[in-house]
Amino acid sequence: MQQIAQQLIYGIQLGSLYALIALGYTMVYGVLRLINFAHGDVYMVGAFVGFYACTRWLPFKDLAVHPEAAGANIALAVVALLLAMAICSAMGVLIERFAYRPLRNGLQKADAHFWGLVLGFPITGLFMPVFNGWGPLVAVVVGVGVGFAMRPLVAWLARRVKLSESRLNALITAIGVSLLLENGGLLVFGANPNFIPNILPERTYMLPGGVMVGSSQLTILGVSLVLMLSLRYIVMYTRPGKAMRAISHDIEAAKLMGIDTDRVIAFTFALGGSLAGAGGAMVAALTHVKITPLFGLLPGLKAFVAAVLGGAGSLPGAMVGGLLMGSAESFVAGSSLSMFRDAIAFCVLIIILLVRPAGLMGRHVPEKV
Amino acid sequence: MLALRSVSVRYGAIEALSQVDLEVNQGEIVTLIGANGAGKSTTIRAICGQVPTSSGSIHFEGREITRTPAHRLVHAGIAQSPEGRRIFANMTVRENLELGAFIHHGKHEQIRQDIDRVFQLFPRLSERVNQSAGTLSGGEQQMLAMGRSLMARPKLLLRDEPSLGLAPFLVQQIFQIIREINKEGVTILLVEQNAYQALRVAHRAYVLGTGSIVVSDTAERLLANEQVQAAYLGE
Repeated sequence: MQQIAQQLIYGIQLGSLYALIALGYTMVYGVLRLINFAHGDVYMVGAFVGFYACTRWLPFKDLAVHPEAAGANIALAVVALLLAMAICSAMGVLIERFAYRPLRNGLQKADAHFWGLVLGFPITGLFMPVFNGWGPLVAVVVGVGVGFAMRPLVAWLARRVKLSESRLNALITAIGVSLLLENGGLLVFGANPNFIPNILPERTYMLPGGVMVGSSQLTILGVSLVLMLSLRYIVMYTRPGKAMRAISHDIEAAKLMGIDTDRVIAFTFALGGSLAGAGGAMVAALTHVKITPLFGLLPGLKAFVAAVLGGAGSLPGAMVGGLLMGSAESFVAGSSLSMFRDAIAFCVLIIILLVRPAGLMGRHVPEKV
Repeated sequence: MLALRSVSVRYGAIEALSQVDLEVNQGEIVTLIGANGAGKSTTIRAICGQVPTSSGSIHFEGREITRTPAHRLVHAGIAQSPEGRRIFANMTVRENLELGAFIHHGKHEQIRQDIDRVFQLFPRLSERVNQSAGTLSGGEQQMLAMGRSLMARPKLLLRDEPSLGLAPFLVQQIFQIIREINKEGVTILLVEQNAYQALRVAHRAYVLGTGSIVVSDTAERLLANEQVQAAYLGE
């Protein structure tokens, strides 16, 4: 009994992280009917932002050396969390603007410049020894150059390519963006795993029945809850939130209300990105996992399953789905079948697709003729 | 106020509209009638920038709007109430109306007044304010779609098939309200299958046949026109 409760607590901690990521999947699915496979990698970037904030950018002190710095570190941790949320929401917007929007509205010249810049870094990397010392500057110059060189190509493509409603294109693009982020991450962050040292005070509380709860678990749960409640408020009661719900029901009709759908879609990606970023940063700083550029892959897939389980497009569904997935994983990990802890997610996916493809809370609105 | 100058629209190899010239003057009710597939809805969609035109130009109050995206046209003063109602079934009646006034954000007093006015026009809606719009009957949804398009305070209202699927007495009511809205100063372009009703309410009319305009005249004269009677009024 005590063991079950212990696993449940771990499951809730894991599940609240999955729920944070799943919300991003489900919101984007709601407005675009697109599964944004790059979302797990945004979570990875959140973890790296957390890592860099904790080890380089912000003046954290190692608690093993300076035990008196606990209070200052907690304040800095809040800053690091907000930083990760801000950077990841910007990433979400960038991904939407330069990967998915051209599929909807056609290629523009700005796209050539952006992709030129992205290409500029690896190209410069190839010739790094030649430019030693001023790498970033050269990369930007090369990027702008490549962007200009690509302009005629983009203009030609824009004229040739027929925009299609095919969702397959968007799905393949999403997988491409995911691969780009993972391998770009390897290039930028390196393949070595990183750890965040002990910077936050860790305390363990004993609950009646001998169940232990760590302060980091409580923090993850508490922050996730606050974020999810704020998200619910934004979606239900604010203007962009109402526009999001209108778009998720009928994007053409939403345009006829005067809603600038591209802006609302960008806003959706920003919201999803900030939640994933917060999750990534919290995991990195509080659970001492090893952070690698492929770190987002598995949590991303599991959160995707959580979103499907809860019902793609449904926000409460994503939260419930996340918690269920976390608990399932935790119980499997705590049982004698612990090597199947990653497989349980995919078993759940297969079962839910067979039994209830709309998900637990997926709604089916009957249309009146 | 609104002018289409030899507008053509293609869907792939098919020309859905060819060289359509159309004019709507301030304060008028103009109706566009024609058989299924004649291009009535395509005309509306072309005006709102929902389908790209392959040639020709569209002007509104002297400005060219041929390539203006749909959401900007609402700001310019064109509201469309699309075919098939297209209400937001996942939201309440009040939220639907508020979304209709999306471009007027912050003007709480105006929005409140406009919602009251919609409830005056359609008392049935006021009984269902906080009900999810998906639970309304077809007729009530049509009323909601109509009310929602008024919330933007448009200068020009485009109505696509307002009578579709409604009981006869509701059709009467909807046309009565179209007339009332027009008296309050809203110019209306009406697309209708129900040619007889449309001609009775409209000032002028265009008859579309397979993508081009066959006849245009005042509604009265078209009602009396034998050819039109034979083809569209079923007499």
